[in-house]
Amino acid sequence: MSIIAARKDSSAAAQAAEKTRTAGPAGSAGDPDGTTTAQPASADRPATRGQVDITNVRKSFGATEVLKGVSLSVPPGGVAVIVGPSGSGKSTLLRTINHLEKVDGGYITIDGELVGYEVRGNKLHELREKDILKQRTHIGMVFQSFNLFPHLTALENVIEAPIVAQKRSKAEARKRGLELLDRVGLKDRAGAYPRQLSGGQQQRVAIARALALDPKILLFDEPTSALDPELVNEVLDVIRELAKSGTTLIVVTHEMGFARDVADTVVFMDQGQIVESGTPQEIFANPREERTRSFFSKVIEPAFNI
Amino acid sequence: MSAIAPPATAETAPPTPDYSDYQLVPARHPWRWVGTVLVAAGVAAIAWSLVTNPRWEWGVVAEWFTAQSVVNGLIETLKLTAISGVLGFVLGFILALMRLSSSPLLVSVSWTFSWIFRSTPLLVQLLLWYNLGYLYEKISLGIPFTDVRFFEAQTTTLISQFAAAVLGLTLNQAAYSAEIIRGGILSVDQGQLEAASALGIPAWKRSTRIVLPQAMRAILPNAFNEIIGLVKGTSIVYVLAYSELFYTVQVIYNRTQQVLPLLLVATLWYVVITSVLSVFQYYIERHFSKGALRTLPLTPLQKARKFFTTHVAASPTKDAR
Repeated sequence: MSIIAARKDSSAAAQAAEKTRTAGPAGSAGDPDGTTTAQPASADRPATRGQVDITNVRKSFGATEVLKGVSLSVPPGGVAVIVGPSGSGKSTLLRTINHLEKVDGGYITIDGELVGYEVRGNKLHELREKDILKQRTHIGMVFQSFNLFPHLTALENVIEAPIVAQKRSKAEARKRGLELLDRVGLKDRAGAYPRQLSGGQQQRVAIARALALDPKILLFDEPTSALDPELVNEVLDVIRELAKSGTTLIVVTHEMGFARDVADTVVFMDQGQIVESGTPQEIFANPREERTRSFFSKVIEPAFNI
Repeated sequence: MSAIAPPATAETAPPTPDYSDYQLVPARHPWRWVGTVLVAAGVAAIAWSLVTNPRWEWGVVAEWFTAQSVVNGLIETLKLTAISGVLGFVLGFILALMRLSSSPLLVSVSWTFSWIFRSTPLLVQLLLWYNLGYLYEKISLGIPFTDVRFFEAQTTTLISQFAAAVLGLTLNQAAYSAEIIRGGILSVDQGQLEAASALGIPAWKRSTRIVLPQAMRAILPNAFNEIIGLVKGTSIVYVLAYSELFYTVQVIYNRTQQVLPLLLVATLWYVVITSVLSVFQYYIERHFSKGALRTLPLTPLQKARKFFTTHVAASPTKDAR
């Protein structure tokens, strides 16, 4: 009963937000209805879960407004790559999706379920920590600085959350953990501590760790920014593989070549807003907005052909 | 002169002679040998005086070292150390978490506790606890501002010498260990907590499985300092006439007038306890440095083995080459 009511409430709120958004700044640049919608997943990805809807999200740090009403939809199995200058709010937006960052306004749903809040009456009440943690197990996250646990081996890093947060048996978690390390090409390094691994290897372990909870959505926060140039590709290759697997991916990155290859949708953000979004071809070859054009002219070297 | 025409020298430089048959001779350090001899002579002189000066009365030391009363005192000292050490660190951990919480009330209570117990002499604290009966005749547990009492007792019967000693040492220890543990927790990178909560790991497990094992590296050296300080710090409870090691030897030398030998007995025992603790410290620190160092440091045993296999066994063959 209450779930149905909650759905109704949230869809009503969505409609209300829809009206206000058309007049908003995002509306002028995005699709006619104002919501930036990622391209549907292609046919070879039969994904049914992992629909992300971000609606009119606002966030301030002190007097600085870092997100000024951002709306974005990513369909199940979609790959959205968010690009933009530093300080544009990309990382903050990503961190609101698993409620590591609380929003000041707007809301986010995953497969229709509100993230971090529940509907009571006509208010959105923040969930208790326990319930938020449970939601987070459906959302994997990979950080710029890896954040592997240095006192645990690669395998122990991967199986920590399945054992502690999902209460799986140790044997089962180990078996699955080794499979995942194999998938990122590091099965033979299972017993190594993070400091004994290269940056690229550490980030691949971090990806395996995020996959261990079998998430519907994976968030990547500049996964290659802390890596030496020659290590970037080994990490991007793993993410490329994941893009074919049907998990919804939302990636913040500065790797434009990767964005062009892998993304269904490229989202360009600047100053806390989505300036424009579309397929890689649309955004890279034929940007509509001057801001987008001037950004790409700075980050894409002349030799890079679109 | 020569610096002016480098290109010319490069062309006209004589071919490098072939040194491949020459033997390598390491640099000699004669002053290092002089220093070693001087220090060795000094150490030998001190050792000689310790052995030959009859006033050290080593016979008396040996006689009392394992005497029943001294051993009983030693056991009391170990008991006080263990109980106040464990309770002190448990309370210190709670105080550290309070200090790091986001509740202003908990933060100020924790701060005030450390402030009071770190700014009063331990001696005063001990005497105050022992004389608590003078301040409060009865101690009772009940609902404040009502007449409901679940439990009531005379303070003097409740606070024995032992209780006063444990109370004083524990609370004092808690104040110091709270700061040590807080420092250790603060030294762990914030990203670790963030990654753990992104993985859905509950708060208590985040502390115990992710933060504390990493904080231990910063906590342990200071914590062992504190424990070793506490071992000797227990000697201060002699003011309560509590028969731990130090009080026991005092009682004995007041009777036999062999002051220095008996102080030596107590000192040697403190040295033994500290040495054992240092060995524990080494291995516990080594355990918690897993993952923080690329390769673990060798244990003393492994070091000795390596010294004998590489240095002693290998050096003659090196010379032969």
